[in-house]
Amino acid sequence: MLVMGGIALIAAGMLLGDLFAVFVLHQNAGRIGEHLMAATDAVTAQNPQAALQNFAAIGRRLESRGTKVDAHAHVIAFGYLALLLALLQPCLALSEAARRRLAQLFLAGAVLLPVSVFLIHYVGLEYSPLESIGWASIAADFGGLLVIVACAGYGVGLVRHLGRGGSADDSLLRDRSRSARLLLAGGTLLILAGFLHGAYYAAVDLAEHEARESRILSTMVERAAQKDAAAAHQAVADYGMLQGEKAVAIAAHSHIIEFGLLAILMAFLQPYVMLSEPWKQRWAALLLSGSVVLPVFVLAELRLGLVAGGIADFGGLMVIVALLGMLVGVVRYTGGLDAGRPAP
Amino acid sequence: MSTSMTASRKLLLAGGLVLVLWAMSFGLWYALFLEHRMLERMGGALATGFAQAADRKMEDAHASLATYSRTQFDYVRQVDVHSHWGGLAILLMLLGLAFDRVGFSERARTALAALLVAGSFLFPLGVLLQTVDPGAGPKALGAAGAAMVILALSVVTVGFARGERTS
Repeated sequence: MLVMGGIALIAAGMLLGDLFAVFVLHQNAGRIGEHLMAATDAVTAQNPQAALQNFAAIGRRLESRGTKVDAHAHVIAFGYLALLLALLQPCLALSEAARRRLAQLFLAGAVLLPVSVFLIHYVGLEYSPLESIGWASIAADFGGLLVIVACAGYGVGLVRHLGRGGSADDSLLRDRSRSARLLLAGGTLLILAGFLHGAYYAAVDLAEHEARESRILSTMVERAAQKDAAAAHQAVADYGMLQGEKAVAIAAHSHIIEFGLLAILMAFLQPYVMLSEPWKQRWAALLLSGSVVLPVFVLAELRLGLVAGGIADFGGLMVIVALLGMLVGVVRYTGGLDAGRPAP
Repeated sequence: MSTSMTASRKLLLAGGLVLVLWAMSFGLWYALFLEHRMLERMGGALATGFAQAADRKMEDAHASLATYSRTQFDYVRQVDVHSHWGGLAILLMLLGLAFDRVGFSERARTALAALLVAGSFLFPLGVLLQTVDPGAGPKALGAAGAAMVILALSVVTVGFARGERTS
């Protein structure tokens, strides 16, 4: 249940991310830019009401974007956690019925939270008993609570297991097939590359980006107030460019690490993938290739433009196809490994 | 086949599970009690700044923009901390499953596991403390935590390669 749920969550999250990147992200950023330009013009025209109206529109656009990004990130993170919890099963001193209930609880929360987060923008504060939190937010928080309770249950199982001496049947972890080793080595290197890129970004770019954003906003209002429309519009363009720089750096950092985690998880799950070894290797190679293509071309997007964006989206598609290929293998799994597992 | 679980694996699995629970509880608390207020403050300050500039109250406008920058500084770090604690927890548990494949002595593996667990907690903690004190102390703590994780993971990567060669 956890393996299939986890892969399905990850594939759904990546599909949502790809659809979001192709159909929403750039269009949304364009509209935000237009409203910011209009707000700057309102400052020039000494019209505070129009400035506020444009910022209300920007707020709605940012909420639409933010909730979709959050839904995408959470559904994938819960997918990883589901796969990890599947691998932890031999280390949990819990009855089969308790395992099944915890898995159901976890998956219910893992679906409820991202779906509710996605709906926050559309449901708003309609019929809400609270001043600033709508029903969709309440449902999302409840989903998070379900996941926490399920994880706490798994924690109890792990503590009980460790208390009994901590022996482990690790038939899954002893897989030394070429596909498993390829995924384990590739995943570890991807994570290390992501950490180094994140450290570089934090040390070199982060503070400079924050300082530049403050400067650009000050310039925007100063120039607009001085009725220097050209300079104010240039500041809006600079602001858009800076948001792009920040977005690609963060997206590349988070995606390369997530794909590394995914590759390591899939390395352990190879015994569940009932396909011939050459096909398992092909899916592993496709997953790792997509995992490199997406973040590298996301980073190149600022220099190469939409071509790089398209290639990055194609990288995401490669990962989705590889996952679906592995999922077919998991669906064909007959339960042989679990049948040999000792009772807790 | 049953094998006894090594201390390094226990440390990583237990540390990872505690950290993921901590990360989720922090996220839930943040979503319930702080996030909406932060977003409202951020959006309000920026909009007010522009409206004040339109009224030619430039000093007020710059003060509002400064409030926006400070709030955004805090918001970005608070959200980052939630995702980094959660991501690092998953990594700890994953490594815990495979740690016997790291081709070093159990003593060295336990030291690496301790470094990974400590770094995974301290790095986001240092980032979070920057929202209270943007000075050098929290920055140094965050950088030290990140360095611990990167160093340990680099050594683990070498250990995996050694383990594969000797198996």
